[in-house]
Amino acid sequence: MKLDIAELCAGYGSKRVIDQLSLSIASGEILTFIGPNGCGKSTLLKTLARILKPQGGTVLLDGKNVHTMNTALLAKRLAVLPQIHAAPGDVTVRNLVEFGRFPHHGSWRAPSVHDREVVERILAMTRLTELASRRIANLSGGERQRAWIAMTLAQEPEVLLLDEPTTFLDVCCQFEVIELVRRLKCELGITVVMVLHDLNLAARCSDRLAAIRDRRIFRVGTPCEILTPAFLREVFHIEARVMLDEDGVPFFLPSGSCREVRS
Amino acid sequence: MNGTDFRQYTGFRIGILILLGVFCFLAFLFSMRCGSRNLSCAEILKTLWAADGSTDYLILCHIRLPRVVLGGLVGAALALSGAILQGVMRNPLAAPGIIGVSSGGALTAVGILLLLPQFSFLLVPAAFLGALATAVLVYALAWKGGIQPVRLILSGVAVASMLSALVSMLLLFNSERAVVVLDFMIGSLSAKSWTQVHLVWPYIACGAAASFLLAQSLNILALGDEVATGLGLRVELMRVILLALSALLAAASVSVVGLLGFVGLIAPHVVRLMIGSDCRFLLPGAALFGAGMLVCCDTVGRIMMDPVELPAGIILALLGPPFFLYLLRRSADHET
Repeated sequence: MKLDIAELCAGYGSKRVIDQLSLSIASGEILTFIGPNGCGKSTLLKTLARILKPQGGTVLLDGKNVHTMNTALLAKRLAVLPQIHAAPGDVTVRNLVEFGRFPHHGSWRAPSVHDREVVERILAMTRLTELASRRIANLSGGERQRAWIAMTLAQEPEVLLLDEPTTFLDVCCQFEVIELVRRLKCELGITVVMVLHDLNLAARCSDRLAAIRDRRIFRVGTPCEILTPAFLREVFHIEARVMLDEDGVPFFLPSGSCREVRS
Repeated sequence: MNGTDFRQYTGFRIGILILLGVFCFLAFLFSMRCGSRNLSCAEILKTLWAADGSTDYLILCHIRLPRVVLGGLVGAALALSGAILQGVMRNPLAAPGIIGVSSGGALTAVGILLLLPQFSFLLVPAAFLGALATAVLVYALAWKGGIQPVRLILSGVAVASMLSALVSMLLLFNSERAVVVLDFMIGSLSAKSWTQVHLVWPYIACGAAASFLLAQSLNILALGDEVATGLGLRVELMRVILLALSALLAAASVSVVGLLGFVGLIAPHVVRLMIGSDCRFLLPGAALFGAGMLVCCDTVGRIMMDPVELPAGIILALLGPPFFLYLLRRSADHET
């Protein structure tokens, strides 16, 4: 599996948010887009997921254009979890995970024995078996997010796109989601491309970070290469100290803002 | 919530569907038995078996049976149309009227009845075309690189109020003959024969079959456009297909029985309370319940003030809401 973004332009109407962006994502890596509010990371992710049509350029999955290939076939290879999602009030965890099998069985065929097996396996893997008959609406935030991720996993994708999967979650739940993402990479070999706001969290779980600025990739590299005081000053306009924890993962402590005051 | 929600079990849902089927059958039987001449089940069977052209046979075969069949078809079609719309729009207030079907059908029907009475025999096809054309117009007005449910609802409301104004104008200028359109405006099954059944059954059968096949797509659509796209559903295409099905079902109904409100709005809600929001069960359930409900109300309207016949639309609007509010309150207690 290889995901190639070539000279991609994206935006809404006449507003261009991403311009001529190119990047290659390798099989089995976790790549996180970072950048300040409004830099276009979510727009980029939505365009990769063919939720938005590109204004130019291509996104190729193993050489096939994701915007022109059969969307149901693509759904078996690439799954996406948007930032905001809602389900009817009486949908249970198992129902939700079963929806993930939709690209495999379609609208008028009943789920097969294999479909059911996959659903049970995913429920077990995401530790949701106990909660399977609970309604989504009655779960805690962290459990609910896990259930939605489980739905995307039931698609059995090679690539998973997550748009800010930790937003609205408390610290513990954030870590649960991030640990789950690590396990997806290690146990299932899934390539994960996501958008995160929390830079320390992004540094902890990603193989590579890609910072977006001025509608393009500003810099891409390992967390150690990216997370430097100079970078934080330039892209996020903060003064910060960067340290390494005992695992060699960089983290930063902000000490102030250095945004130029516009008059 | 402590208790288990039985609605998630397939067995329970199938049980409810069977119960709804029984309700539907009983409603049909009730309608066949009662009227100006009451017949027992044995008499009905004997008369139908003999097929001897007796008065009873004529009443059953040419008056009551077509009326029951038509009521069942129309009730099912309106309920399905409403259930599909509520799903596509993700709005519990969506009903067939919201895509302009009712107002379009009403304008053409009233126009023909009042201005061109010599063409009254074209009433059904004209109302059908008027209803469909208005649905297409509403859709076209709401289109802007795609369809946003909210914009569609607002366009529908705008177009409907304009067409209603035209209907009111026609009625005012022809007030002395306005009574001929009253049946159409309230919605009634009186004086219907096999002719009307033959006119609409193909549309309703096709619409119902197609909507059952697309039930799972409707479930996916309920998760939102972005999630549905991620699951490989062609969202815009599916929305057009489902809206077209809904318009077809509602237009077929409006063209033969007029503006029968309430079934399309309430039947899906009642069945959702019993069976849950999974459209694979909700759609057939709503169709059965809508059919039974309309036939029941029509029969009550026939016998309540005999020999005066009350239109089914009035009975529906009188008896439906209390029953619905009772269910709503009961389920609200249950949820908390």
